Amino acid sequence: MSATHPSPEAARRVAFAPNWPMRLALLAIVAYAIWASSRLGLSWDRLGHGLGEGGRLLARMVPPNFERWGLLLEGMLESLQIAVLASAIGIAISLPLGVLAARNLSPWWISGPVRAVIAVCRSLHYVIVAILFVKAIGFGALAGTAALVVASVGFIAKLFAEAIEEISMKQVEAIRATGAGVMKVLAYAVLPQVASRFIGFCLYQLDSNLRNSTLVGIVGAGGIGGTLFAAFKRFDYDFVAAILLSIIALIFLAEIISGRVRAALR
Amino acid sequence: MNSMTSPSFGDPMAPLRREWTRHTPGQRLSRFAVWLVCVAAIVWAVRSIDIIPEFLADAPEQMADLLIRMWPPNVAHYYPEVHNALIETLHIATLGTLFCFILAVPLALMAARNICPIKPLNVVAQFSLVASRSVNSLVWALLFVAIFGPGAAAGVFAIAFRSVGFVGKLLSEALEETNHGPREALRAAGASWGAEMLKGVWPQVQPAFWGIALFRWDINVRESAVLGLVGAGGIGLVLDDAINFFQWDRVSTVLLAILAVVLVAEIIVTRLRSRLL
Repeated sequence: MSATHPSPEAARRVAFAPNWPMRLALLAIVAYAIWASSRLGLSWDRLGHGLGEGGRLLARMVPPNFERWGLLLEGMLESLQIAVLASAIGIAISLPLGVLAARNLSPWWISGPVRAVIAVCRSLHYVIVAILFVKAIGFGALAGTAALVVASVGFIAKLFAEAIEEISMKQVEAIRATGAGVMKVLAYAVLPQVASRFIGFCLYQLDSNLRNSTLVGIVGAGGIGGTLFAAFKRFDYDFVAAILLSIIALIFLAEIISGRVRAALR
Repeated sequence: MNSMTSPSFGDPMAPLRREWTRHTPGQRLSRFAVWLVCVAAIVWAVRSIDIIPEFLADAPEQMADLLIRMWPPNVAHYYPEVHNALIETLHIATLGTLFCFILAVPLALMAARNICPIKPLNVVAQFSLVASRSVNSLVWALLFVAIFGPGAAAGVFAIAFRSVGFVGKLLSEALEETNHGPREALRAAGASWGAEMLKGVWPQVQPAFWGIALFRWDINVRESAVLGLVGAGGIGLVLDDAINFFQWDRVSTVLLAILAVVLVAEIIVTRLRSRLL
């Protein structure tokens, strides 16, 4: 583990030399954990109390109550719509942005600012973006869609740009030499080299948009999250359990489907 | 991919008259079907999504109004309130990452098929990892606020339980890729199970382990910034307050603080990773 090489005699005496820096680091981590826990007000009796409360919560969540399935289905469908729309718009915006941000295709004074925009889109958590959109354009699915579009742009435009930067420039030069314009270069030299990776990114983003769209409702941006939050506030824990199980099932299904599609593409 | 149509044998000129197409009819049909499904999904979403046209119409105006109110950010709000909340957020992220390993390491060992040969245990571990990953950290935070009451404790546990699935999955994949040789040698020398893990497996997964831990810490810094929205402590609480009081210059201060911390965390992680790996 350590980088030190003991002499042969020393190696014979201690088969596995104790790694003191590692032990000290572990000690420091433990000390930090204890100090930080005390600062955040985490203590053993609070933990014990919480365990009791957790037991009560679980007892109230079982059995899950699927009686209001109409509400549940409505929320899930809205989440699905938000995810589909946000992915479609996000991909449509990311395609040109990715090309503009690729340093091998566009000059630095275009790629620099575009990269900055993408970085800002990526840095802010989508729930924060969703809050801002809810305040600006009102409650409902529109705010959720807009927030997830921002998140999608931050993620896929960056990956698009990175994929484009890795292409072989020979084909671009060849197509350019025939006198093709910018759009033809993109269509015949760039796109064929990156298309399969783009599809992979898009699938991944659809998957993660689906996860996130079940959540933006917590801040009022539409989808099943709103139903979940309302049920929580009304202490309808059995309905909460039903919603959580449906979300897990939906995400599980999406993961299986996207895995299949990705395997088929390969 | 390439196929030719109209193959006529016997004619010596046939190879010159072959017509090349990029895809077989079957491929073309399936590609068309995929496009059709995509378009149908989008059309369905656009037609049935519940969007209020008036909201859509004045959205740009409203956004501009919001941004104007946010500018300039009022830096006077930064100290002490935002600063302390920021420190608390970092503590939540770090403690959550540390605590997640208490659950993630045993689950990863159980989920790795070469370490734990018992099939039902593999399945149980895999399922718990998937369940942990499927529930978002905000939802975990809601649950833990109901358990521990509002405060940073709920945030730490939410981050920890959300991270278990991610860390456990990556760690079990790293464990499954380890070479069996060192373990066998240790076992032949009479080493106990613990020694076998510590000296035979740990050195092999160590680089992956640190990489995963750093990566997850980076994500957790981002996620812990929003936990306060459901009452689980950290800077989200300050943000929520500021939004509810419509103090938009304070909101922009908080947002800039979050942005700065996230960027600094990303830079630290990138530096550490390039030094470690």
